[in-house]
Amino acid sequence: MSLLTALARALAAETGRAQPIRTVRHVHLSDRPLVFVPLRLAGEACAPLAALVGDDPGNPVMLTVHEPRDRTQRFDFAAALAAVIVSYVDGYTMPEPALGTPYSDAPQLLVPNPQAIGFARLLGRSTRFRRTEGEFAVKESVPLLGRWLSFYSERSESPASALLVSMTAVLADHWATGQSAAEDANLAALLAWIAPAPGMTGAASARAAEDPIRFPPAGPTTDPSFDNEVLRTRVNAIRVAKATGDGEALLRARAATEAALRTQLEPTWELMWLGVDLLRGLSEGAHVADRWKSDRWAFTGHVARLREGGAPQPRRDGAVASAAKLARLERDQQRLDVQRAYDDPLVMAEYRLAGEAFAGAVADAWPDRVDTSGKRAKLRPWIVLETAERVMAAPGATVTCPDRPGQDAEIIDVTVAGRATRVTLQLSGGMGRSLVALPGSVPAVGEELTYTALRDGFEPVPRFPDREQTPWTHGGPPPEYVPAVDGEDAAEDLS
Amino acid sequence: MTSVAGPAELARQATERILTDLASAERGIVVDSPPGAGKSTLVVRAAAELAAAGERIMIAGQTNEQVDDLADRLAAGHPQLSIGRLSARGYALSERVAQHESVQVGTAVADLARCPVVLGTAAKWATVTEASPWPWAIVDEAYQMRSDMLLRMAGQFEKALFVGDPGQLDPFSVAETERWLGLSWDPMSSAVAVLLNHNPHIPVHTLPVSWRLSASAAPVVSEAFYPFTGFTSATSYGERRLVWNTRAFGRNAVDTALETAAESGWALYELPHRQTLRTDGEAVRACAALVARLLERGAQTVSERAASSPVTASSIAVGTAHRDQALAVRRALAEFGIIDVVADTANRLQGREFDVVVVLHPLSGRRDATAFHLEAGRLCVLTSRHRHACIVVARAGIPELLDAHPSVEPVHLGVPAKFPDGWEANQSMMSHLAEWRVPAL
Repeated sequence: MSLLTALARALAAETGRAQPIRTVRHVHLSDRPLVFVPLRLAGEACAPLAALVGDDPGNPVMLTVHEPRDRTQRFDFAAALAAVIVSYVDGYTMPEPALGTPYSDAPQLLVPNPQAIGFARLLGRSTRFRRTEGEFAVKESVPLLGRWLSFYSERSESPASALLVSMTAVLADHWATGQSAAEDANLAALLAWIAPAPGMTGAASARAAEDPIRFPPAGPTTDPSFDNEVLRTRVNAIRVAKATGDGEALLRARAATEAALRTQLEPTWELMWLGVDLLRGLSEGAHVADRWKSDRWAFTGHVARLREGGAPQPRRDGAVASAAKLARLERDQQRLDVQRAYDDPLVMAEYRLAGEAFAGAVADAWPDRVDTSGKRAKLRPWIVLETAERVMAAPGATVTCPDRPGQDAEIIDVTVAGRATRVTLQLSGGMGRSLVALPGSVPAVGEELTYTALRDGFEPVPRFPDREQTPWTHGGPPPEYVPAVDGEDAAEDLS
Repeated sequence: MTSVAGPAELARQATERILTDLASAERGIVVDSPPGAGKSTLVVRAAAELAAAGERIMIAGQTNEQVDDLADRLAAGHPQLSIGRLSARGYALSERVAQHESVQVGTAVADLARCPVVLGTAAKWATVTEASPWPWAIVDEAYQMRSDMLLRMAGQFEKALFVGDPGQLDPFSVAETERWLGLSWDPMSSAVAVLLNHNPHIPVHTLPVSWRLSASAAPVVSEAFYPFTGFTSATSYGERRLVWNTRAFGRNAVDTALETAAESGWALYELPHRQTLRTDGEAVRACAALVARLLERGAQTVSERAASSPVTASSIAVGTAHRDQALAVRRALAEFGIIDVVADTANRLQGREFDVVVVLHPLSGRRDATAFHLEAGRLCVLTSRHRHACIVVARAGIPELLDAHPSVEPVHLGVPAKFPDGWEANQSMMSHLAEWRVPAL
């Protein structure tokens, strides 16, 4: 936790209201996001129980598995979910983009918390390899849903991606509450601090949100009391009705189960859209569109892969694929850190407090300084920035001003004089081609500037060997993927 | 001196075994080297022997600093050997390498075709595109190298010698994901771990003798951080000493701490218990005051190298966990007019050696013990840089903090448990330091 966030949390506790810790929204928010609130059966890794899903706050689709341990019903649920999700996603594949451009928009999924993302990942894994013919055939849409869920959950591992977003994570990133991080993981308690009930403090509102009747857990795990006291009797009633062959009782029991599950989902559904409204109230950061473009590219790529009939995502990444993905994740993280700091003075303030950025006024400038030491004379103006802040960067380091991204500044000297620090900077780039700087391209005396070592520059993509060239140190080339032959069980690798 | 001959003989035998294995048919060989056990010496010797046998060798280090150190030692030890220094464009050659006429610098392997030994960073080697691989590679600091880097450069060589210190800091990633945990090729684990996962028959050797750590330091570091392999000191008790030029006037805690460290090799300068911000002003000032007083009184080291040699500012270091702490220490030292003392984080002190090291304990003044602050490698680096004495500055209450925060790292399938566990290593070190506790005030 940064110093600034710690302060905001203390303030929140004192004032009884969550404090904004960002000035802009750092995540893309679709005009028409698809909200997905899943529940799973307690004690099972991935047995869907129910879900509310849809892009219309007033009209969610309710999906229920009446007997969650029945595997046929499990895949019927997947088919029903596919009908919603796949058709929603398909809505974004029109019109076709021009060659060399991504789709103009991409479908965005919102879930309550990181556990729901984990649920989507598991559901994707358990459905994407299913066969659509043979003995245990499923509907064609089921493996397709699996491939989409796998795509979304994998994308969500990149911190810069907004294709699949967890509401608690985004809200906690933009507001600091007066409660612990563990309590912030509860959507109802988090929103109680950000938007407390009228006349109540955040703390009192959050305490009220602990009532599991009014605010059941946001899933995918259900409330154990609900499981024991309500769900068990309802599922038993279904089982008894089935065993006795009483058709009417069966219908009644199913309706009762559905009604009970709805009470567990609807409060979260409302909270999700409250969260959406709160996030809409923030204006979007300047670089958010840039990151969303990467997401649109990823979406475009996945659509193309599906149309070409490519194999489903492998069970696990090979040596080369995992290294390449890690490189991409690290680039994304770095880019995100820089862009957030550039977009948001409150984020930059954290870097300034840590000494990794400094702001001050230009005290002296030598705009026409020319370096003649090399073969060719080069324009290398010097400026002296006077700052009251800590400067961690040492001479020789290169820093950049967010307002002047095309101009590098090399630190020539750092002199501490009393409370002030004077930093001499040598500028290069962004000043025109001649030996006289273009007007305004060198900061003038008195100008207030921020310099930081964070740079939003082009990073070359590292080169990795081809999959077939995996070296001996990493186990050599992996075997080819062979889909299981019809009628045969897929070989399970338990190593 | 017979007391020295024992360890020296052990070290010689270990080196011989490694060089014999090197000549055998295995594709690779791993050498674990505890702090100051002569890793660079081994690399230089292996490179020279392979070159003498007519092989071409590529050597990969992790940073330009490390590569320059190796190039310098190789050129100094074998002036007749023609050495290539492969570097990225825009890299300014350091003076210690430029002084050797036998070293050629190039940005492409083709420029260095006539050199039997070519050195470069792993990152640079990863960009090389060459049709035929090198018969031999030596990878230095292999435990600091991530396996994805090895993946990128492994196509360049047929056989390799991997050398490194398994007790130091693990490689690091800014990406937070558990996606690859348990995979044998996890790109976030160290190059050696992945290499051994896929090639379990590769021989692993351990260098048994530390030339850096003294007889008082080696057993402590060995027990805390290398519980299964262990190592001994090349010197015996009393062979290394720290002698003061002046006597303390009166008695205060700083002098007592310095004298305790001079006598025993260790001291724990303990400030009163308090929870503090990450950069604890009092602890920072205490670090600076210890260094300043040491320089003020003046000291001589007595060792197997020289009968008497003064402790200069450049032979003292202050080690911290965080960069802002190091910055604060540098500031505090500057107020005493001291600028030559190195004050840096554990990551940057890796591989370096000093006469005296002052350590700002990573857990000092903390309210919790996170995985970062508990990491065994961090404390190991900080407490194994010194030839003569190590003074740890900490707030009271670290053992209680440790007791309140047992390791809660989740266990993952297929991921071998890490030994020593950071919590245990910290406890072991603290219980040793308790003997040399000097309360401030």
